[in-house]
Amino acid sequence: MHPFDYIQPGSVAEAVGLMRDTADARFLAGGMTLIPVMKQRLAAPSLLIDLARLAELRAISAKGGTLTIGALARHAAVAESPVVQARIPALASLAAGIGDAQVRNRGTIGGSLANNDPVADYPAAMLALGARIRTDRRCIDADAFFTGMFATALEPDEMIIQVEVPVPEAAAYQKFEQPASHYAVAGVMVAKAADGVRVAVTGAGSGVFRMPAMEAALADDFTPAAITGIAVPADGLNADLHASAEYRAHLVTVLAGRAVAAAMGRS
Amino acid sequence: MQRFGLGQPVRRSEDPRLLTGRGRYAADVRLPGEARAVVLRSPHAHARIRAIDTTRALAMPGVLAVLTGADVAADGLGEVPCSIRVNGRDGQRMPRPGRPLLAAERVRYVGDGVALVVAETLATAVDAAERIDVDYDPLPAVATIEAAVADGAPPVWDAVPDNRAFFWQRGDGDAVAAALAGADRIVSLALANNRVVPCAMEPRAAVGAFDAATGRYTLYTSSQSPHGVKKGLSAHTLNVPEEMVHVIVGDVGGGFGTKIFHYPEEALVLWAARRIGRPVKWVGDRSEAFLADTHGRDQRNRLTAGFTADGRLLALKVESFANMGAYLNCFGPAIPTEMTGCMLSGVYALPALHAVCEGVYTNTTPVDAYRGAGRPEASYMLERLMDAAARELGLTPDAIRRLNFITPDRMPYRTVTGPVYDSGDFGRRLDAALAKADWAGAAGRKREAAARGSLRGIGLSSYVEICGFQGEDATIRFADGGIEVLVGTQSTGQGHETAYAQIVAETLGVPFDAVTVVQGDTDRIRTGLGTSGSRSLPVGGPAVKRAAEAVIARGRGFAAHLLQADAGEVRFAEGRFETAGGRGIDLMALAEAATDPANLPPGETVAVLDATARFDLEASTFPNGCHVCEVEVDPETGRVTVVRYTVVDDFGTVVNPLLLAGQVHGGIAQGIGQALMEFTAYDPDSAQLLTASFVDYALPRAADLPAFDIAFDGIPCTTNPLGIKGAGEAGTIGACPAVINAVIDALAPLGVTHIDMPATPEAVWRTIRAAKTAA
Repeated sequence: MHPFDYIQPGSVAEAVGLMRDTADARFLAGGMTLIPVMKQRLAAPSLLIDLARLAELRAISAKGGTLTIGALARHAAVAESPVVQARIPALASLAAGIGDAQVRNRGTIGGSLANNDPVADYPAAMLALGARIRTDRRCIDADAFFTGMFATALEPDEMIIQVEVPVPEAAAYQKFEQPASHYAVAGVMVAKAADGVRVAVTGAGSGVFRMPAMEAALADDFTPAAITGIAVPADGLNADLHASAEYRAHLVTVLAGRAVAAAMGRS
Repeated sequence: MQRFGLGQPVRRSEDPRLLTGRGRYAADVRLPGEARAVVLRSPHAHARIRAIDTTRALAMPGVLAVLTGADVAADGLGEVPCSIRVNGRDGQRMPRPGRPLLAAERVRYVGDGVALVVAETLATAVDAAERIDVDYDPLPAVATIEAAVADGAPPVWDAVPDNRAFFWQRGDGDAVAAALAGADRIVSLALANNRVVPCAMEPRAAVGAFDAATGRYTLYTSSQSPHGVKKGLSAHTLNVPEEMVHVIVGDVGGGFGTKIFHYPEEALVLWAARRIGRPVKWVGDRSEAFLADTHGRDQRNRLTAGFTADGRLLALKVESFANMGAYLNCFGPAIPTEMTGCMLSGVYALPALHAVCEGVYTNTTPVDAYRGAGRPEASYMLERLMDAAARELGLTPDAIRRLNFITPDRMPYRTVTGPVYDSGDFGRRLDAALAKADWAGAAGRKREAAARGSLRGIGLSSYVEICGFQGEDATIRFADGGIEVLVGTQSTGQGHETAYAQIVAETLGVPFDAVTVVQGDTDRIRTGLGTSGSRSLPVGGPAVKRAAEAVIARGRGFAAHLLQADAGEVRFAEGRFETAGGRGIDLMALAEAATDPANLPPGETVAVLDATARFDLEASTFPNGCHVCEVEVDPETGRVTVVRYTVVDDFGTVVNPLLLAGQVHGGIAQGIGQALMEFTAYDPDSAQLLTASFVDYALPRAADLPAFDIAFDGIPCTTNPLGIKGAGEAGTIGACPAVINAVIDALAPLGVTHIDMPATPEAVWRTIRAAKTAA
């Protein structure tokens, strides 16, 4: 790890100001990605802006048909929140399946979304649920937020404040874990809402993406049988030691079917 | 006393220390004034070193030394040797290029050390290593056996232009050819025994100190073999008299074979300590462990076996290649040859064997002993073969095994491969394991699984292995009101402190807590061959027992002196010496009495009760047993889940069933890991290790394993006085074939007859898909 400066601002405005005014500064939320890459000397920020004091960003609440989760809510808090469990149990169980207990007790939803790791779980949930990501300056639809591998619509000094998630009629997430890291080789979130069905895939591509053909089929017939015949093109999917593109494409169809079955069981 | 004697489930006396953070591992050693060292390692699998410029590194404040291969040569240091002689196809000796402490002219695998940086702090040393400019001229590299033996493959060593490091054979080729020609059925099988990274919980570490006044070196290291490291330093790398080297090993967090050997870093820290006049500490990190610790397995085996129509095995031909990595490591060439070959008869009455093995150099991490070291490879071959033959001949897996077992009435039995089995009832172990695993009920469980859309399979392996090599000394001393046992084996987590104390407590009739086991100090313990090949209890155990018996013999004389009796009439029982007249003295009281010179017989010292004894194993031991594995395969994803696991083992006499269960559990876990998860991948072009961290290298976690149902049914071996057969490696030896046989059984309804390790989800999915396409 290279030397760096460290500060704990007391407000969002102060944090964003520090970010704007400092070259090579980084926000530190849970640090579950940033700290390891700093230890490997693959990242060397000049300043870590630790958001630990912004306790107001940890809140989880619900109002009307919307669940609001603060950016600094830890995965364990989302998993264990009665508010989340009551409204979107699929989201609670997704959070319960992220990493291991140590990661869940440190990592945050805002950190995961801002990092947009192509194998992370939360992006699939936000995209399938049609969430809105509220920042210090605006509100971004999930469809516009995730722009590619480790890339988002966030400006360099922009900070996520909270996510606002419409409560669906039914939803479920199915993940096939890479056996070593337990990251998603492929993960599929299916959500059925009044305005339609959304299917979002993580792990399989360079970033989270939707499956319009499956969404259309499920809008007509929300059963696993509706999509078992929908093959996913392997072109452009990830290929690595653990899974070829062809295998990932196959898994997406399998997982989507299982997610629909699970969502039906819950609705 | 009985509560702590042989066979009792005594809780490990090590555990309170280890579980509360009071263990003392090599990296915990803090010497006054110690400096920190890091090794700069090659990023290339194969390259010529044109030049190394250390100027920028040396200019950094806090940097104490930057040493390279040129400095190693200038100071006359040696190389880490291979202790196994190797021959070529023509029977002529082949070169055994040593492993340099630091590569000077050429690097041969990713991780080969090129420089040692010593600095005031670890951070400075790491920074300085980044400022060493190495001018590499990259060369083409080979990562796999197939690539290394291909025509025109780049040679790893110029002296071995075809990369064939050695050729080995055993058995009678003509007899096998004749038997195969006359066989009713030939069964052939091509198997890959995948390379594994051993992954001890504690990465290696070494702290070196040099006393300029005496010229003596002291090394703290993480090792299975303190005396072996001492010998290596003395005879090969530092080239100094043995008495000038003191090796100290504290707690060790796992070894699995990898820590048997003397490693370059052990010599480097001592050498650097002498050069800078301060102690030097190197602590390997996990990435270095992946690259720079020896790997295991990596064989390709082609089997051709002849059977009679009713299933009797007539002859076996085995043609193997073994990937040795870039250097022949300490025991490396012995593993795929003698250590695999000697167990190729297994539990079966095999009339004729011919085995050949070619060792191959590649630009990869050296391969050497890993838990089982050759015996798992032999067991995997035979147990896969028996299942394949059963399928082809229309027999059940248990029937073909029963037909070919070496039966108890034939013990002792000299196998065609060489070893003489003293005891073993393989059929009894098989019967017990099948009953315990409800083998008969498997068909019903398969139907139930099929109704859920899952493929269930069951597989077994009947294994025998060879343990307990050479001899060991043990010393018992009375000091400070207690008893010390000094022995040259080395626990890396097995629980030697508990097991040896049990033997002493039982033999001497003293409290278990009074016994302290001392290991890992070459000044205090004169000799030792360390721990490998499951040898500690089969060899160290009898040595400790004999030392305790020698204590009793000496105590009888001393007691007679004190009791003013004739030694011949003094009896010893339950910790007490007594005359026929009923006068007596406890052993511990006798030890107390020895501290007053007035009590001692003429010419005796305070050490009047202390004794040393030696046990030399005249024949090896042969642990054996039967593993039964049951799996479920998700036909849509290819994921295999081990749902049930049963073992019945014959380890001879059991010293402590808790320790034994721990050994078996860990061994099974590693076997399941190799069979299903542990995929060591090198990039075929660059020979970069792609699975160089736990992000990509899948080691089994607790949640990947079922609860194990194990039982011990031992026949004491006849070749050591305690009847102990050894148990450290058996789990890995039985597990791999049982798991893969279960996977193939699960996929058998689809027509699948083969899958290689590791049976990862995608590999299983592809196998299923290919079978469906073929159908």
